[in-house]
Amino acid sequence: METTRPPAAGASLLSLRGIMKSYAGRKVLDDITFDVVPGRLTGFVGGNGAGKTTTMRIILGVLAKDAGEVTLAGSPVTAADRRRFGYMPEERGLYPKMKVLDHIVYLARLHGFSKADATDRARRLLEELGLGERLDDNVETLSLGNQQRAQIAAALVHDPDVLILDEPFSGLDPLAVDVVAGVLQTRAAQGASVLFSSHQLDVVERLCDDLVIIAGGTVRAAGSRDALRAEHASPRYELLSAGDAGWLREEPGVEVVDFDGGYAVFDVDSDATAQRVLRRAVEKGNVTGFSPLHPSLAQIFKEVIQ
Amino acid sequence: MNIQTPARHRATLSAAHTAPSTAQSVWLVAEREIGSKLRSKAFVISTVILVLGALALVIWGGFSAATASGTPVAVTGDAQQYVQDREGLDVAEAADRAEAEQLVRDGEVDAAVVADPSSPVGFAVLAESNAPVQLLLTLAELPPVELLDPDDTNPGLRYLVAIGFGAVFLLAASMFGGTIAQSVVEEKQTRVVELLISAVPARALLAGKVIGNTILAMAQILLLAAVAVIGLSVTGQVTLVQGIGGPLAWFAVFFLFGFILLAALFAAAAAMVSRQEDIGATTTPLTFIVMAPYFLVIFFNDNPLVLAIMSYVPFSAPVGMPMRLFLGEAQWWEPLLSLVILLATCVAAILVGAKIYQNSLLRMGARVKLREALGA
Repeated sequence: METTRPPAAGASLLSLRGIMKSYAGRKVLDDITFDVVPGRLTGFVGGNGAGKTTTMRIILGVLAKDAGEVTLAGSPVTAADRRRFGYMPEERGLYPKMKVLDHIVYLARLHGFSKADATDRARRLLEELGLGERLDDNVETLSLGNQQRAQIAAALVHDPDVLILDEPFSGLDPLAVDVVAGVLQTRAAQGASVLFSSHQLDVVERLCDDLVIIAGGTVRAAGSRDALRAEHASPRYELLSAGDAGWLREEPGVEVVDFDGGYAVFDVDSDATAQRVLRRAVEKGNVTGFSPLHPSLAQIFKEVIQ
Repeated sequence: MNIQTPARHRATLSAAHTAPSTAQSVWLVAEREIGSKLRSKAFVISTVILVLGALALVIWGGFSAATASGTPVAVTGDAQQYVQDREGLDVAEAADRAEAEQLVRDGEVDAAVVADPSSPVGFAVLAESNAPVQLLLTLAELPPVELLDPDDTNPGLRYLVAIGFGAVFLLAASMFGGTIAQSVVEEKQTRVVELLISAVPARALLAGKVIGNTILAMAQILLLAAVAVIGLSVTGQVTLVQGIGGPLAWFAVFFLFGFILLAALFAAAAAMVSRQEDIGATTTPLTFIVMAPYFLVIFFNDNPLVLAIMSYVPFSAPVGMPMRLFLGEAQWWEPLLSLVILLATCVAAILVGAKIYQNSLLRMGARVKLREALGA
């Protein structure tokens, strides 16, 4: 696999600052501000109607913003910059009656590749995505999952510096998710800035380096996944021991959340308390498990969008 | 996975990657329009039918002209001198008057020409119940006629040519207008348009569509014209070819710009809706504009005033002006003036069309109102 490498020369930071958008007086985006860092996968999560698609369309310039700024390496994004963007729209669409290979070649050529280069890249990419057998089939004859792969090829074929993907994993089976995730990770490792939205929080959690959580048109949380986890981690621990763990209730600074014989889940007021509990547990009998409980992305998500 | 390949691949290909010029983008879009049309069975079949239809018309015309040329007559040996150098006769030889009479009775010939010493002109015409007037006129000695105000064009021919220009323009404009509208809506409906305009400007997309379909329409028209001219020549209708050659050339020029004008408007109108089912809502007015010249030229091809107005109104000029040229009613400068008006309208339509197109392309759902489409 790819090892960490410095960002490619063309790669640059994509920044959104104070993006505003209203439809007929209704505010759909309010002061959207976040960064998409080169070389990292940024997950963009939010409920239906939270503003993900609108934000992505504004980044691509297919929708006009009311206020705010989208910058690439510090300067406002131009039409020429956007040719170096790869885009996967929310509603999938390719010409139904075009052959898969021809279609991807066409898009690559619109982005400025010569016919030979475009064909070469399209073929390679489609093979990488597992569509090598279907190159000469019309798009409409592909299954939904395969159309999705073709759509991803359409976003990637011109080797974009910035990737904006709206729900790239929806409709994919677990194997296809892994294929696509691998392709995206490779692109990020090559220095691309990747922003993708998803409803599948487990996929986002597994895949992304950075997170942006949006709800009701505002950014509720943004930052690296690990920092967010730490920030939202309640000091909760899990204990699995041989003896009865009832004594935990008497410990100062401990609040038991769940309890069943030797099993207990509890919150502590400090790290010191946690260490003290561990020592006492060992004194009382064999400990088979003691670990801090990380909140899942789903938990963090529920917490921040409230 | 090979660690080296992606990086090297990226480096080499990035060098080859430069933004295409607008002209290149336009041509790519046009090329795809043409390619997808040529691969469509419906298009190929309809073109073949059109060409075969034109060919059949021309051959049928030539054939009926050839058969209509001769009146079948039986001529006895002693009357040969009277029918020599007369045109329009299909002569069958008869040995004597009795055989000639028999041929007439059997319906083998329409009439017989036999020598008759009692006739003042030296011969007589035998016919069954009445004598063919055409034959009598052919055989008669007529005084020379000089028309002071000739009715220059045969009304039947005038009507045919009117239908020809009108129908070809109507067919091509509505067929390709519909095609453009469909392809615009298809891109909106499948959302492929979002991918396209993140790569190329909306104007390049519009231009490519219009140019691609114009090339196809022109190719079809030229093919039809070639079939018509070659067919007419082969079947010996050289006079008609000479008379129609000039107007036909003008028709091609007017057709080109008239088509671009309509194509831009069809694309803009279609961009305002999001579903194939809704196309009619915005393109119906255009369909009327396309049909009007056809009916006007059929009903008013003998009315110089209506034709004169038609020949200057940009939407009907492609039919009206060639018609007037064919009739010899237009001065030499008139097609040029009309062409300038058409060109100006064309430029205006492209600008307005591009604006509507750009403003409507990403508006999904309900039909975009014209005022919104024309707004900033």
